[in-house]
Amino acid sequence: MALADLNQSLTKRAAFTQVNSQNRARTISQTIVRAICFCCAMFSIIATASIFFILFSESLPFFQKVSVVEFFTGREWTMMGAQQKFGVLPLLVGTLLITIGSGIVSIPLGLFVGIYLSEYAPSKVRKVLKPILELLAGVPSVVFGYFALSLVTPALRGGTSWIGEILPTLNPLLPEFRPANAAAGAIVVGFMTLPLVCSLCEDALTAVPKSLREAAYGLGCTKAEVIAKIVIPSALSGIIASFILALSRAVGETMAVTIAAGATPQLTFNPGNEVMTMTAQIVNVSKGDVSRGDMRYQSIFAIGLTLFLITFALNILAQRFVRKMGRTGS
Amino acid sequence: MSSPAFLSPSASTIKRRRKNFIFQSICTFAALLAVSILFILVGKVVMDGMGRVSPKFITSMPSQMFPGKAGILSPLLGSIFVMLLTVLFVVPVGVAAAIYLEEFTAQKTRLVRFIQVNISNLAGVPSIVFGMLGLTVFVVIMGLGKSVLTGALTMSILVLPMVILVTQEALKAVPKHYREASLALGTTQWQTIRRAVLPSALPGILTGIILAASRAIGETAPLIVVGAVGLVTFLPDSLDDRYTVLPLQILDWIGQPRAEFRTAAAAAILVLMALLIILNSAAIIIRARAQKKV
Repeated sequence: MALADLNQSLTKRAAFTQVNSQNRARTISQTIVRAICFCCAMFSIIATASIFFILFSESLPFFQKVSVVEFFTGREWTMMGAQQKFGVLPLLVGTLLITIGSGIVSIPLGLFVGIYLSEYAPSKVRKVLKPILELLAGVPSVVFGYFALSLVTPALRGGTSWIGEILPTLNPLLPEFRPANAAAGAIVVGFMTLPLVCSLCEDALTAVPKSLREAAYGLGCTKAEVIAKIVIPSALSGIIASFILALSRAVGETMAVTIAAGATPQLTFNPGNEVMTMTAQIVNVSKGDVSRGDMRYQSIFAIGLTLFLITFALNILAQRFVRKMGRTGS
Repeated sequence: MSSPAFLSPSASTIKRRRKNFIFQSICTFAALLAVSILFILVGKVVMDGMGRVSPKFITSMPSQMFPGKAGILSPLLGSIFVMLLTVLFVVPVGVAAAIYLEEFTAQKTRLVRFIQVNISNLAGVPSIVFGMLGLTVFVVIMGLGKSVLTGALTMSILVLPMVILVTQEALKAVPKHYREASLALGTTQWQTIRRAVLPSALPGILTGIILAASRAIGETAPLIVVGAVGLVTFLPDSLDDRYTVLPLQILDWIGQPRAEFRTAAAAAILVLMALLIILNSAAIIIRARAQKKV
């Protein structure tokens, strides 16, 4: 009897310790996996830190030869010949022209499409429209470059000559479009950023509570009045965030503007002229084989740093607006 | 038979109704315009390039001399090579990071919030800046050369934020009771994640991976910075070979003065778009199937 008892308790204990060791193995693997996942999450911070560090440290040799003031106020960028000049203003203005021009296309159009999607579209139409916009967002940048060269620029030329024929008095005002021009670049970048504006505006508008709309309808407003006076003002910070993000995307856009807007850095505000953006300049230098000690190699890091700081500031600003919406909305 | 005066709308009401109609028309017109952009774009490329696409176009090497004979074999394989390697590198890291952020952090500590903000910031960094990161880290510091490996590693960092964000969304969508039921059976958290959470989040994660792959095919700028070249007439057969990709070949042909190259560029764009459409429809099918299951 006592022996059987002992025996039973021993088996129990054996089973117990077995579970325990199994448990320990499970806990260990849990800890290991958790640690691995943590490292992967930290990887994104390392990537951001490296970007900061590399852009600063690699552009340091450049700024030792060209002062920061000279870089930001110089009106000329030439790398050919003995007289190299590194004034970033022409590139900055080129980027600005493209960005503003793209905003003129994408902001109003995107807002109206966003309103249509959230307020007017029947669910069946929305189900078709949204994948189409997603597809537009997925079209590679190079393709938009081709589109600009083969369709947008000819259309711009045709359009201006047509206006010139009908209203000859306007003729001196119309820009003459070169094969590569800022306007075509701006228009295609506007098309590229359009889906972003559409979907973010739609999200912001849909988040406006139904009760607000119903209260306005109850007061006898028409649908357009409800949208313009109630829905848009309450979604305003989200809408503004979408505009800022689209502009930030346009600043960093590279291939389409390289193809469409040209490769001549010049300080111009004429949309018919060739301009070179900061990104296009980086591509231009990278295509040639330049070594690390070369001034040209170092200059792209100075441009990259400028580009990065601009987009970073815009993104932070957009996040501010998004957070504001989170607080006031709902 | 006119209706009584108090029922007929006043002048101001008529004006407001007209405004309402105009506003609705503008919004509808804008939506039509946005859709037509895509159709005009695709239509133009098809018109320009369709006649040039043939099996021979896909299986012959590119050339800067003979526009009629030039093909896209090496850039197409280069693109696929870079895409596969990118997916291979980015998926484990991206999914693990998302698992950490969604599953292993019960309370959102300051560090977790910082990582989260950092990921969305990283997603907004211009693609060309990733190229400069790759140039410095992989080419200069690690000495990997201007190879396929460098290109794929650079591309992986570029698409990493996207993979993390999409995977997080997929994990968030898994109902809480799945986890609770599994944990109640005495599993560890990792067992729950592996056996209960990941399987049901899989369609969402796959969609994210496909989106990342299509981004990797379409991006060009960072690859130019890390040294992909415009014209390559051999096939990459090891990880440290020089390479070219489809968008870069298109860029090269667009820049050529002869019109036949423009046609070849349009044809190459068609192949590129077909590749993207195949990937995207796979994503849509996966999403639809997952929705049906739920």
